Amino acid sequence: MATPDDRRYSDEHEWALFDGSIVTVGVTQFATDSLGDVVYVDLPEVGAKVAQFDKFGEIESVKAVSDLFSPIGGTIVEVNSDLMTMSEKVNQDPYSVGWLIKVEASDAASQLSKLMDATAYDALIAEE
Amino acid sequence: MPTNISPYIPNTQADRELMLAAIGVNSIEDLLLDIPEAHRFPKLDIRPALSEFDLTAEIGALASRNAALGEYACFLGAGAYRHYIPSVVKSVVARGEFLTSYTPYQPEVAQGTLQVGFEFQSMICEITGMEVANAGMYDGPTAFAEGALMACRITRRQTIAVLDTVEPRNVQILDAYARHQGIEIVVIGHDDDLPADAACLMIQSPNQFGVIEDMEALTDKAHASGALSVASINPTSLGMFRTPGECDVDIVAAEGQALGVPLSFGGPYVGLFACKDAHKRQMPGRIIGRTTDTKGRVGYALTLQTREQHIRRERATSNICTSTALIGLLMTTYLAVIGRAGFKKVAELCYHKAHYAAIEIDKIPGYSVKTDGPFFHEFMVECPKPPADINRALIDSKITGGHDMSDRSNNGMLICVTEVNTRAEIDALVSALSEIGAGR
Amino acid sequence: MKAPFPGEIDRRLLNERSVSGRIGLQLQELDVPEQPLPDARLLRSIEARLPEVSQPEVVRYFTTLSAMNFSIDTNFYPLGSCTMKHNPKVNEEMAFLPGMASIHPNQPDETVQGALQLIWELQQDLGEITGLPGVCLGPLAGAQGEYSGLMIARAYFQDRGDANRTVALMPDSAHGTNPASAAMAGLEVVTVPSDSEGNVDVEALRGLVDERTCVFMLTLPSTLGLFEPNILEITNIVHEAGGLVYADGANLNALLGIVKLGDLGFDIAHSNLHKTFSTPHGGGGPGAGPVLVSETLAPYLPTPVVVRDADTYRFGAPDKTVGRVNGFHGSFGVLVRAYAYIRAIGAEGMREVSENAIINANYIRTALAGEFGIAADRVCMHECVLSPQAQKAKGVSALDISKRLIDYGIHPPTMYFPLIVPEALMVEPTETETKDTLDRFIAVMRQINKEIDSDPDLLHDAPHDTPNTRLDEANAARHPYLRWQPDEDLTAVG
Repeated sequence: MATPDDRRYSDEHEWALFDGSIVTVGVTQFATDSLGDVVYVDLPEVGAKVAQFDKFGEIESVKAVSDLFSPIGGTIVEVNSDLMTMSEKVNQDPYSVGWLIKVEASDAASQLSKLMDATAYDALIAEE
Repeated sequence: MPTNISPYIPNTQADRELMLAAIGVNSIEDLLLDIPEAHRFPKLDIRPALSEFDLTAEIGALASRNAALGEYACFLGAGAYRHYIPSVVKSVVARGEFLTSYTPYQPEVAQGTLQVGFEFQSMICEITGMEVANAGMYDGPTAFAEGALMACRITRRQTIAVLDTVEPRNVQILDAYARHQGIEIVVIGHDDDLPADAACLMIQSPNQFGVIEDMEALTDKAHASGALSVASINPTSLGMFRTPGECDVDIVAAEGQALGVPLSFGGPYVGLFACKDAHKRQMPGRIIGRTTDTKGRVGYALTLQTREQHIRRERATSNICTSTALIGLLMTTYLAVIGRAGFKKVAELCYHKAHYAAIEIDKIPGYSVKTDGPFFHEFMVECPKPPADINRALIDSKITGGHDMSDRSNNGMLICVTEVNTRAEIDALVSALSEIGAGR
Repeated sequence: MKAPFPGEIDRRLLNERSVSGRIGLQLQELDVPEQPLPDARLLRSIEARLPEVSQPEVVRYFTTLSAMNFSIDTNFYPLGSCTMKHNPKVNEEMAFLPGMASIHPNQPDETVQGALQLIWELQQDLGEITGLPGVCLGPLAGAQGEYSGLMIARAYFQDRGDANRTVALMPDSAHGTNPASAAMAGLEVVTVPSDSEGNVDVEALRGLVDERTCVFMLTLPSTLGLFEPNILEITNIVHEAGGLVYADGANLNALLGIVKLGDLGFDIAHSNLHKTFSTPHGGGGPGAGPVLVSETLAPYLPTPVVVRDADTYRFGAPDKTVGRVNGFHGSFGVLVRAYAYIRAIGAEGMREVSENAIINANYIRTALAGEFGIAADRVCMHECVLSPQAQKAKGVSALDISKRLIDYGIHPPTMYFPLIVPEALMVEPTETETKDTLDRFIAVMRQINKEIDSDPDLLHDAPHDTPNTRLDEANAARHPYLRWQPDEDLTAVG
């Protein structure tokens, strides 16, 4: 799957899709490929605050667990509750139905400047 | 050729020479060059090997210096209970395929262990009324301590409230488990309020004096202050008494020994651990789940493994990597054999016999039963003399007396009666106590 | 090869076989007058849905289940780091003698002198074998022995007014229990890298020790099956920084009569009796994990330990004990078996055990190095770690090789551990296997290597003849189904 060029990426393999001050966050295809079958996602509660690049949750495969780091700081306004019963959606399409959280960011523009575009991200994963 | 030194080691001298040649070395010493020479091949000051015949004689002699309970009427409990163990249980557990296999990391060749574990979890849920159970812990007291640590993780609080009727040994173990985690342990009475930031209230029922606690009221009290309730229960009592599930308890621990496990001087036993479904990802220990194979057939596998030390390492829910599966097998077989009706009947036999004994003992001049309220398995008696002296005298009548509780109650003795104590044994205890009490 | 599991196996659970009215045991009648029942509010209102099955059904059910296991009694089981050696049958008999199995943990000391003497003798023997004379047999498993050892280290430093030592160092090849136990003991985990030979990187260790070092936890031989050639320098570096050295005794089977941990400078260790001392693993326990310490640390041991006064024995608490870690006095039934093992092996047999374990492992290593690749290929101790990366490049993983071994009746090695070895397959044959068995294992591994080129799907689809083929573990974790439910409740599951 091609890396979508409508969003920005962190070097922790998370993406951020900006829609005004609301930013949707998920993990990349590269992340799900290396994790394997996602069996559980531990997400924060709505209303919690997260700083840019800080841990906000965990994602688990059968025999591995990884921290999730938010590419964007702000207040969590929505979490993908479908994943509680259907974590396989993260594998099905990490860029759409497999989204994780939505964050309301006050200074989205300045945070955005600290993230990579799709071309830069593709170059990063080519190295790994 | 010399014969081998040990029946457990098949390689002969000729085998070893062939193998060393294949490895490309001249002697075993060539394989040990990394070991500091000064310390290599130390002399071991242990005794020479015994033949199997001599071994059985030596250990037999040690065993004969222990007062085995088959020869003595036993009224000792306080955390470990003598019950009848059906022959089927002993026969099943002796099977080498169960006995000599490892933790079921390769599910295709461990379906025996895994399906037994699933039965074990199912049975624990049935007898406790709880929603989920794990595949087993070391023993009841460590499971109880792990339950409290789990409550701290769930509530993100660092104070554990313990009822003062909990067996002190359980509190000591909790202290050892919680000591380095910045957790405070507070012992409270039934009428005390919980500390405001308590993660949980720890309840033991029956408690250290044999009394059934009102788990429902205590749980309500814990919930009212935002704490969980963590209960240690006696599984045999659940053949009659209200279950922790019915009382809305959050986390349940139990010593599984009473369900088909030999007393064996304190171990190995098995800890039972159950909780509400919402908390399952915070459970310590192994968990077995039902799934399907590539051909669509039902099978079982270890699951929710990311909680565990081999994956999460320093952030694991516990360092435990033992489920005490073999003792879990004993318990599972026991409950299968005694079955639905037997589970109730064993509890009823224990209940009626213990209450009969209490009434008879209370009639003896100088003795009085101190337990007030419904009890199970055991009850407190105030004796006319130190319990240690009474117990020493009882040995002469081939009776193992009750547990000495004089450290917490004046001349207190905790007397335990189960279904294996016949009326004749109880009556003999009563007459021996009466004689000893009268001073002789 | 012939399928070991002919025909369909009846996999129904006990409750799916249950028939109302059947009993598995005739219980005795009540022989005392019935007593009044307590308030109904205290009695259970929901029946426990335990099975109703007859005795022959119970026997056949569990016997059929047992036949679905691989075990040491039935199969070669070279599971690395687990020491799956023969479990002598006489030890079972000894543990079930009435004088051992039918004694109550709360009996007065004077009525259990034989049991206390056995514990005392075993304390002495383990102290002598490891060179660490302070022994408590209480801990119920390796992880509990490990936690006890770390509590001892913390109490020791606390006593010396040196409580700021809160770092546990450990190699990157450590077992998961090491960091998990360290975290429980309130210690910060710092990882020491391994060098290219698979040894502890001594210079890195030198840079990491300081006045905050509490312990360095080291498995010896390492999880790569290698003896640390710089062990004396390592223990010295830690001691000079004021720290203690902890030995994870998981691999002690390589060291009996070969070298004593105490002589090498270790201060604390645990030993897994279910590995080195042949007590059965039981499908995941019970184990026993005695904690062993130097003379200096002995006053901190957990309670109780057995003390000898002239000719009698009693339980006692060490002066500065860290406290109690379990309900009674440890896994006594396991201790009886370990004692019987040590008495049957004796002083002269100890070295034989380790030497044969080492020869067997090196025999396998030498035979398979060419085809499978070995992590740090040099003389190993009791186990070796294969690293089939060339096979991985052909699309066959260590998992596939493991599952194919099952088709040949061999239990897979430990997979994907240690974490620092790609595609790790850790093979520990133990001393109780014959050369014939090892030769067959080597031949099977070579055959599998050929299959990778000729018919790789044989590996991808393996195992073939087991009661279950590969299980959907992702589904098991996504939709946890953890207990029997009657059919009508099944909609509520998942």
